[in-house]
Amino acid sequence: MIYFDNSATTKPYKEVLDSFLTVSSEYFGNPSSLHSMGGQAEKLLSQAREQVAKLLAVKPTEIYFTSGGTESNNIAIKGAALLNRNKGRHLITSSVEHASVRAAIEQLEHEGFEITYLPVDENGRVRVDDVEKAIRKDTIFISVMQVNNEVGTVQPIKEIGEMLKKHPKILFHVDTVQGIGKVPLSLPESNVDLCSLSAHKFHGLKGTGVLFIREGARLTPLFSGGNQERKMRSGTENVAGAVALAKALRMTMVKSETGIERMKKIQSMLRTGLSEIEGVMIHTPIENSAPHIINFSLSGMKSEVFIHALEQQEVFVSTTSACSSKKKSASKTLLAMGVPESLAESAIRLSLSFDNTEEEAKKAILVMKKTANQLRKVMD
Amino acid sequence: MKYDRILIRYGEISTKGRNRNKFIDKLRKSIRIALSPFPNIKVESSRDRMYVLLNGENGVEIMEKLKNIFGIQSFSPAIKLERDVEKLKQASLELVRTLYKEGQTFKITPKRSDKTFELNTDGINHTIGGHLLQNIPGLKVDVRKPDINLRIEVRKEAIYLSCETIQGAGGLPIGSSGKAMLMLSGGIDSPVAGYLAMKRGLEIEAVHFFSPPFTSERSKEKVIDLSKKLAEIYGSITLHIVPFTDIQQAIREQIPENYSMTTTRRMMLRIADKIREKQEGLAIVTGESLGQVASQTLESMYAINEVTNTPILRPLITMDKTEIIKLAQEIDTLEISNRPFEDCCTIFVPSSPKTKPKREKVQHYESYFDFEPMIQEAVQEVETIVVKREDEQHSEFQSLF
Repeated sequence: MIYFDNSATTKPYKEVLDSFLTVSSEYFGNPSSLHSMGGQAEKLLSQAREQVAKLLAVKPTEIYFTSGGTESNNIAIKGAALLNRNKGRHLITSSVEHASVRAAIEQLEHEGFEITYLPVDENGRVRVDDVEKAIRKDTIFISVMQVNNEVGTVQPIKEIGEMLKKHPKILFHVDTVQGIGKVPLSLPESNVDLCSLSAHKFHGLKGTGVLFIREGARLTPLFSGGNQERKMRSGTENVAGAVALAKALRMTMVKSETGIERMKKIQSMLRTGLSEIEGVMIHTPIENSAPHIINFSLSGMKSEVFIHALEQQEVFVSTTSACSSKKKSASKTLLAMGVPESLAESAIRLSLSFDNTEEEAKKAILVMKKTANQLRKVMD
Repeated sequence: MKYDRILIRYGEISTKGRNRNKFIDKLRKSIRIALSPFPNIKVESSRDRMYVLLNGENGVEIMEKLKNIFGIQSFSPAIKLERDVEKLKQASLELVRTLYKEGQTFKITPKRSDKTFELNTDGINHTIGGHLLQNIPGLKVDVRKPDINLRIEVRKEAIYLSCETIQGAGGLPIGSSGKAMLMLSGGIDSPVAGYLAMKRGLEIEAVHFFSPPFTSERSKEKVIDLSKKLAEIYGSITLHIVPFTDIQQAIREQIPENYSMTTTRRMMLRIADKIREKQEGLAIVTGESLGQVASQTLESMYAINEVTNTPILRPLITMDKTEIIKLAQEIDTLEISNRPFEDCCTIFVPSSPKTKPKREKVQHYESYFDFEPMIQEAVQEVETIVVKREDEQHSEFQSLF
């Protein structure tokens, strides 16, 4: 089996599952309980928080555990908009965001907020100038993802953050769900106020994530309840999940030290291999792209057909983003990049993890070549 | 041109006459402890300067650590040069080039502590300034608000170049003022008091009163966590945990309720003083702030302080609560102090404690019962632990992470 759908989700590391199981069975206490079992659970939770903070080079008090990327994005966007609605009602985001950002912002649009959707260039990249031009007196919030989940384009986060130093009142949110561990990001240097992470994209478990809230940045919580997570996210803490997340993040960061270079090599092998297939157009830019994603279209071929054909050869890839692939609409990112709809409808995304090998890439290229030829014959 | 060392300027040490060597030794020790994660560095000290030679270690991280060390007035990343005008010209140019951005201004601040050098300060100014202006197009001089301030220090052994000066934490090196016991309750004030005492050069050992089951394991953990924060400054801190349940119960039985608080504080002080004697300290530090609560009125202090003539240092005595909270936030202990567990100061609080207790009265009430044996026993049963800073603490859960 060759699993090339790591941007949809990754396989949890065995060590991560072991931690989850041990914590769930041996330290199942509620961190809010006063007795020693509660104390141990609380200790585990704060150690997890400290570890995540250290890995992200921020303070432990800036780390909030959530149920994943979607929740982190929702708290960041709606929490910021609700708290600051009296300061202004204008939000800025890119036109290539993940659904959990886009839809959260659209919801605010219905509530009376005004939104500027920034265009992207042919590589899927936002221009810092456009961000600056979009800023108005009543702008309170900007959300730009670090790495696009569909094509892998890396956005100029540091440059936007630098520019936003002139606008200290605007909160800057970065969705780094796809980027973490694969594309370096310094939160303090990039002037980021809010940042979302999801554990299952880096070999942790589904249902666990992190929202970084810079010290001093304030949000209105979305859940009411027992005031856990420093009042930001009520609900009994998922201690085992948080511990597992901290471990997964540590392992990922360690692997990324040597893994990124290897990943780039595999990516370029795939790029070369794919370009040899007739009718392939590669959408992932060479410059400013993440090392783990390669997105292409096979002209005239419905992506779904190609995926199922590859699946029969035990090669697992996806259309665009897993979250929206069931809706059968063409990739929003590709359309925003100016790719014609017919091509966008036949887009395929390969996404790697640090555990994928060159052998797998070679094999996948062969399978894809063969499959493409066979399908072409049937369809012609 | 990369910085190869960090030049450290002493604070008040410079004025300490014959004690200077002791102060410098203590500062060296503080620096070595704080920089223990960087095995390749070397620390060199002279009469009025110290140098951390980086030997390839991360200068930015090291400077972050230096900011928290007491006894440092300021420090600068620097480059050491031979005393040679040509080399000085070349190195100055390289250094300013790496920092220079289009349209910036500069000035030179020369300092010549060794007058035998061939150029005087004016000469340095002209020679180096001229050299920079000739070779970096666009560079301008601004002596009032320069973007780049190139400091050139000519000393007997070498010339040092630096471009920025970073404020240190001030104060005196830890240990240079001797040792004291810190009464650490778990509240907001006492860790701040400990921090300020350390800032004035005291080595601190913490004393905590623990009354199970009235106070829980978690309140003890809270105190250990607070100690860990204080340990960050000096690598480790000794924490004495005094079993206090029996004494508190005896007080409840023997002393009228409205005086129980006064007696409790007197007992705590007597015990802390005994531990101090054992540990060879010379003072006791508390987080008291005048008038904050019933035990901290002047009358209370007068009644409580009677049990010892050891100096009691109260760094927070004139501070407002808001000022203390601000400091607690800065040293990162507020969050821990705010954890909602009972501690030795919050249990058995009488409904209306005396705000103006009388010495004679408390003496009288205590005279019916001999607390001394219990105090002796408590001191004997003290649990002493050495709390290390976070990165050295070996966690029982390590394998899970």
